[in-house]
Amino acid sequence: MAALNNLTEHLEAFVDVTRSPTHHAESLKAIATSLEKGVLSINQLVVEMDMYLTTTDDVVRARGILLLAEMLDYLKSKPLDNAVVHSLVGFFTAKLAEWRSVRGALSGCLALIKRKGVAGVVTAVDAEAVAKSMAQSIQVQSLALYDRKLCFELLECLLEQYPEAMINLGDLMVYATCEAIDGEKDPPCLMIAFHVVELLARLFPSPSGPVASEASDLFEFISCYFPLHYTHTKGDEASIPREDLSRGLSLAISSTPFFEPYAIPLLLEKLSSSLPVAKVDSLKCLKDCAVNYGVSRMKKHYKYLWPALKDALYASTKTDLSFGLESLTSPGFGMGEIHREAVNLLQRLVKQDISFLGLVVEDIRVNMVFDTISRYSRYEEMLDTSKLEVLVVSQILSVSARSSVESCNIIFETFFSRLMNTLGIVEKTSTGDLVHNEISTVSTRLYHGGLHLCIELLTTSKDLIPSSEECTSTPESAQQSWCSIVSRFSASLIEAFTSAVQSSNDDCSADAYLGVKGLLAMGMFRGGSSPVSRSEFEKILTTLTSIITANSAKTVKWELALKALVCMGSFIDRYSESEKAMSYMAIVVENLVSLVRSSHCSLPHPMILEATSEVCSTRPTYVEKMVEGFEEAFCSSFSDFCVNGNFKSIENCSQLLECVTNKLLPRLTEIDGLEKSLVHFAISMWNQIESSVVFSYDFNGREFVEAAMKTMGEIVGVASVDSQNSIIQKAYNVISSSTLPAMESIPLTVAALEGLQRDLSTRDELILSLFASVIIGASPKASIPDVKSLVHLFLVSFLKGYIRAAQALGSMINKLGTGSGGTNISTDCSLEEACDIIFHESDSSKTICGSETFLGKICLGFCGSLDHQTRAITGLAWIGKGLLMRGDKRVNEIALVLMECLKSTNSSGNALHPSTMKHAADAFLTLMSDSEVCLNRKFHAVIRPLYKQRFFSITVPILESLIVNSQTPLSRTMLHVALAHVVSNVPVTVILDNTKKLLPVILEGLSVLSVDSVHKETLFSLLLVLSGTLTDIKGQQSVSDNAHRIIECLVKLTSYPHLMVVRETAIQCLATLLELPHGRIYPFRREVLQAVTKALDDPKRRVREEAIKCRQAWTSISSRSTPF
Amino acid sequence: MVSGLINENPIVYERKERVRDVRTDSSNTNELSVDAIDQLEVFDILIAHHIRDIKDPEHPYSLEQLKVLTEDSVEVDDTKSHVRVTFTPTVEHCSMATIIGLCVRVKLMRSLPPRYKIDIRVAPGTHATEAAVNKQLNDKERVAAALENPNLVEMVDECLSPSFE
Repeated sequence: MAALNNLTEHLEAFVDVTRSPTHHAESLKAIATSLEKGVLSINQLVVEMDMYLTTTDDVVRARGILLLAEMLDYLKSKPLDNAVVHSLVGFFTAKLAEWRSVRGALSGCLALIKRKGVAGVVTAVDAEAVAKSMAQSIQVQSLALYDRKLCFELLECLLEQYPEAMINLGDLMVYATCEAIDGEKDPPCLMIAFHVVELLARLFPSPSGPVASEASDLFEFISCYFPLHYTHTKGDEASIPREDLSRGLSLAISSTPFFEPYAIPLLLEKLSSSLPVAKVDSLKCLKDCAVNYGVSRMKKHYKYLWPALKDALYASTKTDLSFGLESLTSPGFGMGEIHREAVNLLQRLVKQDISFLGLVVEDIRVNMVFDTISRYSRYEEMLDTSKLEVLVVSQILSVSARSSVESCNIIFETFFSRLMNTLGIVEKTSTGDLVHNEISTVSTRLYHGGLHLCIELLTTSKDLIPSSEECTSTPESAQQSWCSIVSRFSASLIEAFTSAVQSSNDDCSADAYLGVKGLLAMGMFRGGSSPVSRSEFEKILTTLTSIITANSAKTVKWELALKALVCMGSFIDRYSESEKAMSYMAIVVENLVSLVRSSHCSLPHPMILEATSEVCSTRPTYVEKMVEGFEEAFCSSFSDFCVNGNFKSIENCSQLLECVTNKLLPRLTEIDGLEKSLVHFAISMWNQIESSVVFSYDFNGREFVEAAMKTMGEIVGVASVDSQNSIIQKAYNVISSSTLPAMESIPLTVAALEGLQRDLSTRDELILSLFASVIIGASPKASIPDVKSLVHLFLVSFLKGYIRAAQALGSMINKLGTGSGGTNISTDCSLEEACDIIFHESDSSKTICGSETFLGKICLGFCGSLDHQTRAITGLAWIGKGLLMRGDKRVNEIALVLMECLKSTNSSGNALHPSTMKHAADAFLTLMSDSEVCLNRKFHAVIRPLYKQRFFSITVPILESLIVNSQTPLSRTMLHVALAHVVSNVPVTVILDNTKKLLPVILEGLSVLSVDSVHKETLFSLLLVLSGTLTDIKGQQSVSDNAHRIIECLVKLTSYPHLMVVRETAIQCLATLLELPHGRIYPFRREVLQAVTKALDDPKRRVREEAIKCRQAWTSISSRSTPF
Repeated sequence: MVSGLINENPIVYERKERVRDVRTDSSNTNELSVDAIDQLEVFDILIAHHIRDIKDPEHPYSLEQLKVLTEDSVEVDDTKSHVRVTFTPTVEHCSMATIIGLCVRVKLMRSLPPRYKIDIRVAPGTHATEAAVNKQLNDKERVAAALENPNLVEMVDECLSPSFE
């Protein structure tokens, strides 16, 4: 009973039009839930609502009916009694005639008609009654937008769900639709209306049916929308996009063949319009019509259709044919939308009816091209009109040829021999020899236009070769007469293209382009039935390869040939043509790889490498071959250098390594099996170094060492843990066999270090650097043998000045004992033990890592030379970075030592050398910045989140207090540099949280750093930090408090002479400051304007532009006309 | 004041597409190189500046669209610190010529270094009172006096205010 009481309340609420829409929605929802739960049945509801449904108050009745309709919409999937549905439909159908409650009636009918698949659907008889009532009593166009949409939806639903009932109604439905559409202007309604037309056409396919008899009227109502044009482009986004609506219209127009007599003339007329949208739409629509109207109906219009289509193609083609590298695999000219649609239509027509091709073949304009083509030999010389002819005709022919095998045959039979004749390309005789007629110099008769035509035809025809599996099912000979035509000419065609490439010189890329493109087209025929025989295919490959090997400079021709080879390589791989792959391997790959191996050839080494790496990455087997070749080349060049001192060889080596790093490593994921080959390559590098015991010539080849380190590190970085282990093991063996282990026994005392005056031999240096790279790239899970002595080795070598060793030590410390699987390391040496060795104390056995340690003492200058001091500081920075990133506490002590170095004197009162302080300041950059060379994600570093923030919170307070107490200007500057490094590398949110505290220090830093040009980069990064705080809401308060100091500082920086970006940023910051309260900044306007006016005369344009904007903005705050 | 617009239906030209040349890129790498102020830069200041456009006082079109100013109408000599702008009023009797000239002058005064001497004139033969307008625009005292007039300053500021296109 309670439910019923509530019901009355809700009913009252809904019926009351004075209440808000949310109120209405709530009461609807409440009634719907009780209906759904079964507390209330639909019968009860109707009984309860009796008064609302029958009252004489129009408004209340309309609301009541609407409520009932909405309820039915909610209950779409709830089973209802058939009798109930019947009576409800009857009710709503009757109400359709009553205009006041039409919305409720419509939604009610719609909700009931939509019911399907559940108990209680509307019967066909009832549906017929609904349709009849609607057709007779509703005038759609006199209704409001939403009601119109409901009408169309109801029509759509009726036609979709009760086709038989609607067929019974016949004419009535067609009339009703015509009347409903007439004058409709709203896109969503039209969208449905077009669909309704389509449904009608499907329902009445008979030529004596109502659609056939009313076709002219019906078409008139929908054709007036063509081509669609939105007058109100700006509107709600929910509206239907033009493309969708235009597609709907096109479907409606093409829905029934009965529209054909009206539609095609209209579309042809619109196609000739100058409006691009009209052209595109007509072409699209014509294509739909061609599909739906059928060949026999379309045939009548061919003689009008073809000229129109041809005109569209001519009008939409541009004559600038590109002979560039990028167009080798594309048509070579831009395609507009009109062009694309015209091409689609042409293809459709030819595919559908081969007789359309007759028009094309007999077209005078098309035929004329073949006569005029020989008038010009070079493309540039051709008139624009003849260029256009050639391009369009080549398009027309290739598109028609592409449509079907049959059309292709016709085109080739009609035109190909003619074309060959014009070009002077001769047929192969039955014996297979070429008939050499009197004109033996083919090159004199190369016509660009003709070549282009020929290439287009060949390129399209290749798509028609069935793939190998289809090939067996279709009889070849009957189908592919074009194939035999091409194969008759193939030998001479290849010869012609080859001569085009070879005769080309550098200033004319067209010859080379057309030649290479032609060869490419000939080489891309698929499968066994290809018109190009294997020997001919091999000839193509040989020609292209010879272009690559013969050129000694990087010309257009060279690049084109390379791209063509790469295309062919990937084509072979895609269609897995095993026979061709073998030829490719034998001719291209082996040739190039052998060039890489041999050190004597005319081609510059980088070019061979580029060509080889490009060509070989098309197929895994080639890659394997190539890496093998690279290995061999590396080994031979390297030993050549070691034995004969050939500096050219070592240069080749470094180029080879660079090629591996830059070309191969980035594609690791694309090429299967590359990783394995590369690991093998790395190991054979080690083998080669191991076997060349004597370096008879010293070299200062930094370049080679750098390249080798980079390659080695990256290979290790990408390798799997197992491969890493094998490389590490190999490297360790080489290390043990060298003289390096001697260094492991050196005690860590200054005397011993100074006794080790002699530098490492070149070989040892190379081995050490490479080994360090291996360690840097290794993952935490890899096992490193004999860690303790390695730590010692690295420690000694970085004190001797090998920074790479310091980085390796940092990486090792970073990863030690963290690998989950690799227990080897922890058993061998724990982090504690490693740190014990590094921070070995000079006198006591207590292990801390502060200033009392040996390293700390060197850093602070208690012992050792200045060189040792700076090296120790740099080394300590890298070790500290390793510790910091894994979140180890020991880094705090290191930071303290480094900060100690920034004071002007050490604890015993000796002055520190300026370069010591500089290195110590830079150490903070090492600690905080992201490094490219080691300790990053690529090299599997262990990175704890928020490590930068942690370091920031530890060091900044200490640095600040040190700055306050600094004794000399130099020390103060260096402290500021260190602070700037820390501050500018920490995420900006951290700065924003501490703006109040940091701002004064940053400002002081900016003025201190602006003194010397050495610090310009640091200054800039600090300025960026400042500009970050200016714009954020969090920093606003403290910025406002410090406004005078900020402005003073920025004004000074607007004339900073050493870096343009500093001046630019400073001026931008000044402009930003205008967001502060007027009262805060107004006093400084004179100062700022003076500085900015000076900046108007800055030597750099970008600064001047900023200055103009800034000046304008600052002038406006003092201008009289601006109210404040 | 004249009632109604002086040129009711001006011809509106399309904006010329300007290719921003690569010179800015090359100069960025070298800190010491100097980019001299040139014709295009001054023209940019007047017309195509990102924030401010000078608008014709009587139409909502920019002066470029009306071809009152073109790139070639600006002559710059950076070494002699001299700039000359020649503008073409839309109609011969355009009473707005002095206002346009004043706007150009104010814009340049605000945007060029103070060392520049600015010379503004009407293109020969395009205005009925050419000599008078030229004299008025290049008389320091009269320009200064004009900028003392709050109504005029307001009008100039209005012309120089950003156009939100």
